[in-house]
Amino acid sequence: MAAVRTSSEIGFNRAAIVAVLVVTIIFLAPIYWIASTAFKPRNLATTIPPTVVFQPEISPFVKLFAKRSQLRSPPTPEEYAAAPWWERVVFNGGEKIVRDGKGEVQWSGYPSRFMNSLIVAITSTVLAVGMGTFTAYGFSRFRVKGEADLLFFILSTRMLPPVVVAIPMFLMYRAVGLNDSHLGLIILYTAFNLSFSVWLMKGFMDEIPKEYEEAALVDGYTRMEAFFKIVLPEAATGIAATAVFCFITAWNEYAFALIMTSRRAQTAPPFIPSQVGSGLPDWTVIAAGTFLFLLPVAIFTFLLRNHLLRGMSFGAIRK
Amino acid sequence: MTQIELRGVQKYFGAVQVIKDLNLKIDDNEFIVLLGQSGCGKTTTLRAIAGLETIDGGDILIDGKPVQHLKAADRDIAMVFQSFSLYPHMSVYENIAFPLRATRKSKAEIDQEVRSVAKTLQITDLLAKKPSALSGGDMQRVAIGRALVRRPKAMLMDEPIGALDAKLREEMRAEIKRLHIKQGSTSIYVTHDQIEAMSLADRIVIMHEGVLQQVGSPDDVYSHPANLFVAQFVGSPVMNVAEASVTEKASAASVTVGDATTGFEFPRALLSKLNGHAGGKLALGIRPEGVIVRHEAADGFLPVETQIVEPLGSFDIVDIKVGSRMLRARTKSGFVSGPGEKVFARIDPAQAHFFDVASGRSLGVRL
Repeated sequence: MAAVRTSSEIGFNRAAIVAVLVVTIIFLAPIYWIASTAFKPRNLATTIPPTVVFQPEISPFVKLFAKRSQLRSPPTPEEYAAAPWWERVVFNGGEKIVRDGKGEVQWSGYPSRFMNSLIVAITSTVLAVGMGTFTAYGFSRFRVKGEADLLFFILSTRMLPPVVVAIPMFLMYRAVGLNDSHLGLIILYTAFNLSFSVWLMKGFMDEIPKEYEEAALVDGYTRMEAFFKIVLPEAATGIAATAVFCFITAWNEYAFALIMTSRRAQTAPPFIPSQVGSGLPDWTVIAAGTFLFLLPVAIFTFLLRNHLLRGMSFGAIRK
Repeated sequence: MTQIELRGVQKYFGAVQVIKDLNLKIDDNEFIVLLGQSGCGKTTTLRAIAGLETIDGGDILIDGKPVQHLKAADRDIAMVFQSFSLYPHMSVYENIAFPLRATRKSKAEIDQEVRSVAKTLQITDLLAKKPSALSGGDMQRVAIGRALVRRPKAMLMDEPIGALDAKLREEMRAEIKRLHIKQGSTSIYVTHDQIEAMSLADRIVIMHEGVLQQVGSPDDVYSHPANLFVAQFVGSPVMNVAEASVTEKASAASVTVGDATTGFEFPRALLSKLNGHAGGKLALGIRPEGVIVRHEAADGFLPVETQIVEPLGSFDIVDIKVGSRMLRARTKSGFVSGPGEKVFARIDPAQAHFFDVASGRSLGVRL
C-alpha cells in the first residue's frame, strides 16, 4: 500500500529538493571553475565575463608536466613539423619545452611534488589509522587506569592551532635534520592525525559488541587472532571513514609543508601557488595542477564509499 | 565424558562479591540450568566456566583438572550467547566453519562437518546467506551449530532464546531439548525464565545474590523448595506465603494464617514434624493448587470471600481473603462467578510448606 502524502508534505519535499540543489551548486561551483579553467586556452582563462563555451584543450596539462621557456622567435616550419603534437601545443602558446643536451624532455617540478604528496599522505594516513585503531581498541576493551584523563590528554593535542608550534617545530626539525624530508612531514602529519584517529576509532570500537570477540575466544582463537579476524573486518567502516579524514587532512596540509619543506620533500599544496610567479601567471596551468591534485582524494573517497555507508553489520546481533 | 566441578568459587566486581563460595558438580551428559533473577551471578558463573571471566578464589575443574588459569581457547568449551554473536561479515557457512578453522583440520574435513551440523539443525539451505538475512530462530540455530560443530567438551548457553518472541521461544526450547538428547553433551544453560528451566533441566541450580540456593531436579525444586526464595521464585502463579501460627486443637493441629480468627485444620503429626518450631515465627507456603475451594460447607473448610478472579484459559486464579491476608487458589475455569462470592476453602496439608521466618529456610515438613 502506498503511503498517503499530504499536499504540505509534498510542498516540503519540493522545497527540500530545491535547497539541496542550491547547496550542491554552491559546493560544486569552485570545482567546476577549476576543472573548466584547466581545459581552457590561456587567453580565455581570465575573460570578463567568464567564457563558458569553449574548445577544450590539453595544453595546460602538457605545460604542467614539462619544463618550459619563452620563445624568443617563432619555431621554424621544419622545427614545428618535426615536433610531436604535445610540443606543438606549447609552441602555439609562444613557449617551448626545455630539453637537455641529449634532447630528453625536462620534467617540471609538479610530478615530483605530486609524488611527495602521495608518499607523505598515504604513509602518514596508514600510520595514524593503524596506531589509532590499536590504541582505540585498547581503550575500548580493557580497563585502563586514568582512561578519561589519557583520552583527554590525547585530544588536548588538538586544542591549539597547529601553526602556533610551526616555528619551534621548524627549529627542532632543523636541529635534527628532519626539515625538507619525507620522514619529517610523515611524523608531523601522523602526530596531528593520531588524536583524531584515536577518538574516532574509539567511537567505532565501542559500537562493536564485545560478544563477537568473546565468541571467537571461546571458538578457540587468541585475542590477537580475534582482533584481526573479527574486530578489524567489523571496524572496516570506521577505519575507512577515519582514513578518508586523515588522508584529506594530510593531503591538503599547507602551512607546515610550506615552512618545513623547500625542494626535496615539498608537497603539491605549497608548490602550486608558487607557480603564480610575478609576471603574467598562466592560470590554466595552475588550474590543471589543482585539478589533478583534487583527483586522489576524490578517487580515495569514491573507492571507500561502500564502507562509508553505515549499516553493513546491522541485524546480526540482537539487542 | 565431561564432568565440570566448581569448588568454592568466588568472584568480585570491585567491592561487590557476585559469586559467593559456589560449589557445584555437573555430571557427564547432564543438562544443568542456572536459574535466577538478573544480577544473581548466573551469567558470571557461566562466563567464568567459559574462561571469559577470571575468578578470585576457588577452582573450576573440567574432568578433574583445574582450568581457571587456562584461556577460553584452551578449555574446549563452546558457548551460545544471548545476542547470538554471529560474525556479520561471514556467511552462515563461514560462521559455522570458524571454530574448525582454529584447529588443524583439512578443508574437506571442515566442509563435511559443517554440512553434517547444518543437516542436523536443518539449516543447509541457509549456508550461503549472511547472518543479517536470517530470522531470529535461524540465527539461533546457526549459533548452536557453531557451538556444536567442534564437538566441545561442554556446551554453555547464556539465555540463548531470551531474545526471541514467545512462540518461537517455545519451539526452540523443544529443539534444544531434542538436540541435547541426540548429541548428549554436558550442557549448562542460563536463564531467568523458570518455565525454560523446568522444561529443559535435568537439574536446576537456583542462585540469588551470588549464593547458590538449591540444586535439584525440576520436580524437587518445585515440590520441595529449600527456602522462601526458591519457593517464591519457582512456579507460576507464585506460591502463597503468609505468616502463620500453629496451635494444638483437640486431636488435630490448627494453622492460622496472619490475623485470621479461625485456623485451617492439619493432621496432628504436623506438631511433631515442626520439631519445636511450632511456637516460633513460621511462614506457611502453599501453591495455588494446594488451596482447595468448594461451594458447599464441609469438614475442615473455612468460609471465605472471593476477591479477584483471573481467568487463564484452562484454569482460573481466584484471590480469597483469609483474615486480612489474600491467598490465591487455582480452580477450574468458571468455577467462581466473580468477586464477592462466598465459598469454602481448605489447605491441602500434603502440599503445604513451612519455613522459618528468620532464616527463610524450609523446615522440611512433609505430611
